[in-house]
Amino acid sequence: MTPDTPNTAGTPDTAGTPGTPNTAGAAGAAPDTAGEKVLMKGNEAIAEAAIRAGCRCFFGYPITPQTEVAAYMSKRMPKEGGTYLQAESEVAAINMVYGAASAGVRAMTSSSSPGVSLKSEGISYMAGSDLPGVIVNIQRGGPGLGGIQPSQADYWQATKAIGHGDFHMIVLAPSTVQEMADSVFDAFDLADKYRTPVMVLADGMLGQMMEPVVMPGRIAELPDKPWATNGHKGKRERTVANSLYLVPEELERRNVERFDRYNAIRATEQRVEQYLVEDAEIVLVAFGACARIARSAVGKAREKGIKAGLIRPVTLWPFPADAIDAAVRSATAFLTVEMNMGQMVEDVRLVVDGRRTVGFFGRTGGVIPTPAEVLDAIERMDRGMSGDDCSAEPEHMGGAR
Amino acid sequence: MADQLNVLLAGFGGQGILFAGKLIAEAGLIDGREISWLPSYGPEMRGGTANCSVCLSDEPIGSPLVLEPDVLVAMNQPSLDKFIGQVVPGGTVILDSVMIATVPERDDVTIIELPATRLAEDAGLKGLANVVLLGRVLKETGFCAAETLDKALQKSVSPKRQHLLEPNRKALSLGAGG
Repeated sequence: MTPDTPNTAGTPDTAGTPGTPNTAGAAGAAPDTAGEKVLMKGNEAIAEAAIRAGCRCFFGYPITPQTEVAAYMSKRMPKEGGTYLQAESEVAAINMVYGAASAGVRAMTSSSSPGVSLKSEGISYMAGSDLPGVIVNIQRGGPGLGGIQPSQADYWQATKAIGHGDFHMIVLAPSTVQEMADSVFDAFDLADKYRTPVMVLADGMLGQMMEPVVMPGRIAELPDKPWATNGHKGKRERTVANSLYLVPEELERRNVERFDRYNAIRATEQRVEQYLVEDAEIVLVAFGACARIARSAVGKAREKGIKAGLIRPVTLWPFPADAIDAAVRSATAFLTVEMNMGQMVEDVRLVVDGRRTVGFFGRTGGVIPTPAEVLDAIERMDRGMSGDDCSAEPEHMGGAR
Repeated sequence: MADQLNVLLAGFGGQGILFAGKLIAEAGLIDGREISWLPSYGPEMRGGTANCSVCLSDEPIGSPLVLEPDVLVAMNQPSLDKFIGQVVPGGTVILDSVMIATVPERDDVTIIELPATRLAEDAGLKGLANVVLLGRVLKETGFCAAETLDKALQKSVSPKRQHLLEPNRKALSLGAGG
C-alpha cells in the first residue's frame, strides 16, 4: 500500500463486477448492485461488508467454522487492490493487523475461538498502542480445541479480558446475516472513532447459514488519521505506534486517558434490540444466534399467556446496562439464555443488583438450544414466581442435567 | 401455502443436498419471503451424512436449525433412519428408493418413495437425483410457483455452467411428473 492511500476507500468506479457470482456451490454472490437482496453466508457477508467499509488488508489463518471469511477475502481483496495474506499463524496475523493499522489502513483478521486466543497478545498490544482494527470471532465450542459447532463460550474472553492489561474493546454481536454485514461496517467506524480494536463476536451458526442480505454501500470517505505512522518525509512531527511505557506515571496517564474514552463509549454506544419488553414480566436476555431462539420462545410463551419479552444486547461491550436497568422497573424476573455455561448472566446480575431474580438457561459444547427448551425454562420460572412449584431454581441448565 | 415450511434435506456429502436446499432458498428469496439455509458442517461431511435445513416463512425466522421438518428429503439410509422420527405428524418424507433399502414404519406421515437415482440415470441426468427429488418436493408442497423455481435455477447455475441448465430443468420436471 502506498502512504497516501489509507484514507481513500476503493474508488467505486473501479468495482466493475468483482467476484462473478459463483453460485454453483455455497460460495454465494459478490453483489455490487447496491440495494439488491442476495443470499449469502454470514461469513461471506462479513468479508464483503468489510471490503465495502474500506478494509484493504486482511490477514487470516484457516479454522472451522470461520474459513469462508478468509476464502472470500482471498478472491475479492486482490481485485480491490488490497492485501490478502494467509499468515503463518494467528499470532502473525494479528501482528500484521497491528502493522497495517498503525500505517492508517483499515485492517481485519478473523478466526474462531482457539485461534482468537492466540491473537490475544496482539489485541492487547493494539489496545495499548491505541490502534483501530477489526477482529472477527466465529465462535465454536471450547475450552481447548473444543469442537467445531456453534457456541457463545467466548463471551467472557471478549468482554472482560481478551488479553493482559487494563483495557477493553468494543464487542458487537450480530444476530442475522444482515447484521453480520452491518456490524462489521460499524466495527470499522467505531474502531477509527475511538482508536480501539473492535470485535465482531458471532458463531458457527451465523457464519455458516445463508439468509437474504442487502449489502451496505461502499464507504465514501475514510476518516483522517494524523497519528498514522505512514511516513512523514520530514514535513510533520514523527508519529509512533507503541505500547511500552517504562515510567509508571506515564503509563498510568495513558491508561486513565483511555478509560475516559471507555466512559464515553459506555455513555453513547450501548446498543440493544427490545422485543415485547414493555409489559413483560419475564425478560429474557440473549445475544447473537441464541437471541433468535429466545425470540421464538418468547412468542410461544405469549401464546400460552406468559408475559415474556426479550432484550438482545447488540453491543456486548459496552454492555447495555441502561436497557436492563430500565426493565428492572417493569419486569418481575430475568432469564438469560446463552450457548455456554452462563457468562453474560453475570453482567445481567451486576445490573439487576439483587432487585429481581435472574435465571439462566444454556446449552454448551456446540449444542444449540431449542425454542421448546427455552420455553420450558420460561415456564419453570413462571411457576416458580407464582409459588406453584417450589423446586423451580433460578439456575436452569439444559444439557448438563 | 403454509405460513412456514421447514425442510430438512439429508444424504451423503456430494449428492447435492446443499444445492437442492439452496434452490428452495433462492425461490423463497424471489418470492420475497423470509428464508434461512443452514448446512451441517464438519467431519460428518466426509463420507458420512450431510444435511441442510431450509426455512421458508412469512415471519422472521428464529432458529434456522430444522428439528421438526414438515418435509424430509432423504437420499441415503442413515439419513432416513436418523431423521424420519423427527418429521411432524402430517408431514412428508420424500426418499430416494434406490439408495434406501428399508423404510421405518410411520403411518402419520406421507412417505413417497422415488427411485430418483435411477430415474436420473435413465434419462441421462446422472448426478441429478437431488434435483429430481426437489421436483417432487415442489409437486407435493407447492412451496413456490414452478416458474419461480425455474428462476431460482437460472440464478443458481453459474454462468460458466450454463450447459447444465437444461439437464437441471429436465430433472425437475422428471421429479414433478413421477
